[in-house]
Amino acid sequence: MQETEKMHLRTINSHKNVKRKFKGQTWKKIRQNWELYIFIAPAFFYFLIFSYGPMYGIQIAFKNYIPSKGYFGSEWVGFDHFIRFFNSYYFWDLLWNTLSISLYELAIGFPIPIILALAFNEVKDGFFKRLVQTVTYAPHFISVVVMAGMIITFLSPSNGMIIHAIEGLGFSAPQFLTSPGWFKTMYVFSGVWQSAGWGTIIYLAALSGVDPGLHEAAIIDGASRFQRVRHINIPTLIPTMTILLILNMGGLLSVGFEKILLLQNSLNMSSSDVISTFVYRSGLVDAQYSFSTAVGLFNSIVNCILLITVNQIVRRTSENSLW
Amino acid sequence: MVSGIKLSKRDRIFLICTYTYVAIALLLVAYPILYIISASISDPKMVASGEMWLLPKGITFKGYEIVFQNSKIWTGYGNTILYTLLGTTINLVVTMPAAYALSRKDFVGRGFFMGMFMVTMFIGGGLVPTYMLVKGLGMVNTMWALVLPGAASIWNIIVSRTFFANSIPAELQDAAQIDGATNIRLFLRIVLPLSMPIIAVMALFYGVGHWNSYFGAMIYLNDDAKYPLQLVLRQILVLQEMQSQVGGIIDATAAAAQNNKAEIASLVKYGVIIVSTLPIIVVYPFLQRYFVQGVMIGSVKG
Repeated sequence: MQETEKMHLRTINSHKNVKRKFKGQTWKKIRQNWELYIFIAPAFFYFLIFSYGPMYGIQIAFKNYIPSKGYFGSEWVGFDHFIRFFNSYYFWDLLWNTLSISLYELAIGFPIPIILALAFNEVKDGFFKRLVQTVTYAPHFISVVVMAGMIITFLSPSNGMIIHAIEGLGFSAPQFLTSPGWFKTMYVFSGVWQSAGWGTIIYLAALSGVDPGLHEAAIIDGASRFQRVRHINIPTLIPTMTILLILNMGGLLSVGFEKILLLQNSLNMSSSDVISTFVYRSGLVDAQYSFSTAVGLFNSIVNCILLITVNQIVRRTSENSLW
Repeated sequence: MVSGIKLSKRDRIFLICTYTYVAIALLLVAYPILYIISASISDPKMVASGEMWLLPKGITFKGYEIVFQNSKIWTGYGNTILYTLLGTTINLVVTMPAAYALSRKDFVGRGFFMGMFMVTMFIGGGLVPTYMLVKGLGMVNTMWALVLPGAASIWNIIVSRTFFANSIPAELQDAAQIDGATNIRLFLRIVLPLSMPIIAVMALFYGVGHWNSYFGAMIYLNDDAKYPLQLVLRQILVLQEMQSQVGGIIDATAAAAQNNKAEIASLVKYGVIIVSTLPIIVVYPFLQRYFVQGVMIGSVKG
């Protein structure tokens, strides 16, 4: 193919100028591969309709949307909805809950898969290793509804498994499900249980790329296993860690809202209500379309700014940034 | 890793610590799963009192009996299977050809398409505008609202594109084209048969997603008969609606005390967790390799 193309170029070159040649070649490629546009068409229309379509609808954040008047007929109100949100008594609570759950999750959920992957990597290949990996990956496939059901059942005050365990140890068990103070811990640790194992895969992939020569050289120099993990394996993981950290920071305001929605109840609301559950409630339950669109837009703008800022910081300090 | 060298004392301590750590992780993850399995076939009284803590005690299959008699669960099961099959098919039909086109270096405009798709990773319309769009398209309370708004994921397109670009030799495509094969023929006859691993991975990723999702069904469906399994589970596990229903069944058979109802209800809960998760848990160990492959392909920046 390349050969024929080159020959083609030469013949065209001999009687046409350079600019025309490139145009002609592009056009030829388009004609030759017209079917590829059919291949991409479903995805193109999908993203156009279902991703860009809603972006068009964002305008109602700046309007007073009334369904009977439609997008065009509704009047512009500027930043009214945003101002109302910022001035509302729940604004700081929502922001605090969202940020604290995210950061708590990051602080606990981010290092555990790394440590786990480093440990898995030291375990000898064989039945035990396969068993551990199969079992720890499995919770990843449990649906969020079943997960919430498990949490509720295990923590049920009268007969939950975890309650029995705590009481068996001689302590009195707190009301996990209904006390605001426990909500975040319950959310974060159930998340670790479900996804820490699966989270190791990406790190194990990075670890499998370590040059064995490095380890051999280190052994000859008398390095212990711990020293090799510390000075060879951990540095290997830093690029992956950085990328995942940036992506996590970009999602700080989008916590796993499907699980929160299921675990939320009127008693723990003061610490479980986050921006995204608020958007759901005010938008789809109370039908305040414009207002909740504005809140959602605020959420995604903050996410975007966070992502870009963190990426900039990382880019200044190391070469592992996203872009 | 490197064996054959006698372990020094500090290495032995290090290894003992590592294995202990891994074993604890294994137990912490495995215990709740084993507990649910045991609890689903144990006497609910022993579960409630904490007497049953690992192995089933006072074996009974009452929970499963009630689960299997519940028509809501079966309707939900049927709906979920339908939505999963339909949804996954649509996902593959949208993802695979697009990913292949994007993997071709001679595809004019691939930068544009890629950019257009990637933007959606970071910017979206949000919940309410999406809901209004789906409503505007007349898809509320139809299964299309569950399968079309998520017809493709940019992440999976990138993973598949990386696979096509790295695993299908370009020479093969050149040769086929010189022989006069059209792109459609090339894709269907040569590329797809060589891409079974990635098709399997994508089908699994998308399929599990459909099987486990509840939120779309919760906001778009308002007809009970169309509810997928996860939404029925939400009623039973989270909203605890089974309590009253089970009560009805128990009252018919025997005049049971109030807390007996609650015990049966919790037995049913363990049962539905098993029944709903079983297909994935049974299939998963066999397919684990593919899932892991999928994550790995994705982690190679393409």
